Amino acid sequence: MTTRYPTQPLQCWRKAKELRAQYYRDYAMAKEQGGIRWAGSAWAFDAIPAGLGRDVHSLTGEPYAAAIAHEPKFNLECQNAVETAGFSRDLCSYMRSYWGSLTLDKYLFGGAFPKPDFNFQTAICCSHGKWYQHAAQLEGTPVRFIDVSVGPYKNLNEERLMYVTNQCLESIEWMEQVTGRKFDDALFIEAVQNEMHATALWAEICALNKVRPAPLDEKTMFSLYVLATLSKSSRWCVDFYQECRDEVRDRVARGIAAVGNERCRIISDTQPPWGFLDLFRYLEEFGAVSVGSLYTFGLQGIWETKADGSWGPRTTPMELGLSMNTREEVMRLYCDWNLSKPQWQHFYDPSLKSEMMKTIVREWNVDGVILHLNRGCEGLSLGIMENRLALAEAGIPVMTYEGNMGDEREFDYARTKNRIDSFMEILGLRRDFVRA
Amino acid sequence: MIHCGIDVGSRSIKLVFVEEAATGLAVRARHILFPGELDLADAATQAYTDGLSATGIDAAQVATVMATGAFRKLVDCADDDVTEVSSAARGAAFVCPVARTVIEVGAEEVRVVKNDAAGHALDFSANDKCASGAGSFAESMARALQLSLADFGAAAMRSTTVIPMNARCTVFAESEVVSLIHAATPVEDIARSVIDALAGRVAAMARRIGGDGATDAVLIGGMVNNPAFVRALRESPGVGCLHLPEFPEYVGALGAALIAAERNRSHEHA
Repeated sequence: MTTRYPTQPLQCWRKAKELRAQYYRDYAMAKEQGGIRWAGSAWAFDAIPAGLGRDVHSLTGEPYAAAIAHEPKFNLECQNAVETAGFSRDLCSYMRSYWGSLTLDKYLFGGAFPKPDFNFQTAICCSHGKWYQHAAQLEGTPVRFIDVSVGPYKNLNEERLMYVTNQCLESIEWMEQVTGRKFDDALFIEAVQNEMHATALWAEICALNKVRPAPLDEKTMFSLYVLATLSKSSRWCVDFYQECRDEVRDRVARGIAAVGNERCRIISDTQPPWGFLDLFRYLEEFGAVSVGSLYTFGLQGIWETKADGSWGPRTTPMELGLSMNTREEVMRLYCDWNLSKPQWQHFYDPSLKSEMMKTIVREWNVDGVILHLNRGCEGLSLGIMENRLALAEAGIPVMTYEGNMGDEREFDYARTKNRIDSFMEILGLRRDFVRA
Repeated sequence: MIHCGIDVGSRSIKLVFVEEAATGLAVRARHILFPGELDLADAATQAYTDGLSATGIDAAQVATVMATGAFRKLVDCADDDVTEVSSAARGAAFVCPVARTVIEVGAEEVRVVKNDAAGHALDFSANDKCASGAGSFAESMARALQLSLADFGAAAMRSTTVIPMNARCTVFAESEVVSLIHAATPVEDIARSVIDALAGRVAAMARRIGGDGATDAVLIGGMVNNPAFVRALRESPGVGCLHLPEFPEYVGALGAALIAAERNRSHEHA
């Protein structure tokens, strides 16, 4: 192996794993301590339930289903349970895994499936809506949706913003009714500020990967970004990202690489096939490092275009000195913050995603793009071939492969590796070493 | 100095020997083996031994053996390997220098490669898990019609009626073929319908990679020998001027041999 840069393990990686494990334990144990459990997607407005108390714990569906995808035996059990119940195999694979776990009454981390007290969900895609509607029916629990279909952020106006804000404000009364708890505005405001800190910090960490050599590789980033998908409005999430940001800054200052033989930088797209993350290690045999993706950067990271035209973390309302004193003004800022989420934009127009991808290619010094035609996610797969065309027209080398984030029956490992071999040859790369 | 390219596919193993001549690299010999067993590692060794023997080339004369094809990693006698995309791009540039789009229909994979004048691959696309568009699709449909592959193409050429086939999937297409048989549709028309559908799928992939047909394309692989497929592909919108090389099945092996020679030369100069 030709080592070009010094490298060392990321110190905070283990802590990320511990926090994740603690999150799933806290959710399971919440009722024993008189707390509240709620479920929703990683895109739910999770600072709102935080206003019900400090003993409120969530189970976010997508990362839970991705964790199931890491356990092939249990995953297959879940898929079979859902198919036996009459659901089709071409539905969202996360949704199927979640329903499977619920139907089997088995929690991936041990014991029976811990049913939530309520479900609280945004509906950016059809599956997100149907997912929790059906889950609530199975559980016999209340469910509430926030309709966020107000178009891309660039076209946001006051009327559209208030449409979402008013739904969120109304959801507070609903939560008070279904839980019998009094909503605490101070806790809510604290959670909103946490979320803004956490999601801007994650964007800052991703922006540090613009340098060569990249201090982080995407496989490692998956273990880090997941914390924001679990509980982005929690203090522990902010604290972790501050620690992580400081460590990554230090790596940049010392020229520490994630991949010592970095010769080529690529980005991926959408959720990977979670059971086959070693594909990212396979790339490293060629000296190729995946420095991230719009998905890893923008699923939770909140960004803005800076004065010099570059992409960077969005300036928080706290930094801008905006008033955040009442429930109403904070909710309005909170909705505005979330509606600028990069990964929500291309639901309306794939060209918005193409432009963001081209920005990443330019600013992160990317040599090629690997697009996952993810049959498991209708939302994030929308328009990928349009993105391919736009990237190819811009002269950016691009490769596609077919797979499924959560159902390994739809993934051909050998053929995908063969395709990567071809792409590496196109990029002029030969293998530095063969991993044992 | 002689270099060998060995292309190990799922249906056949092709070898091409090239040698340095005064005018540059030239093809010295070709050899093909249809392995009857699943152990392709043994079959590849056998193919190489047979190839040397059939062509009268001494193993000591061969400077480099370069493997390509889906099973290239199984070739024990190879010094190195290269992907099907690179070998197709390089071989196609040799046999058809004007073509910038390479269309290859293999048994299990159909792929389209955009290449440059030097034969470097710039972009590519291939079918994923679906076999529709690949050679095995044609085989499967010929079987359903109880025709040999050669008769399948010839029958389609006799057809005077166009029947659009809706199914793109091999499984559904076969069921559509059965329906047409039950409707007493002439075999010639069914064969044409299947081949038109196959060509339509390949042409869509070619448009995606090659653009709007403004560039010349070269078709390689065994489907060149199917006149109905070639006709249908030529009539498909966006394919452009389609060239048919001699020895189309050997283009991948040829590309591997040429890459072997180039790598050998760059090692000598290094």
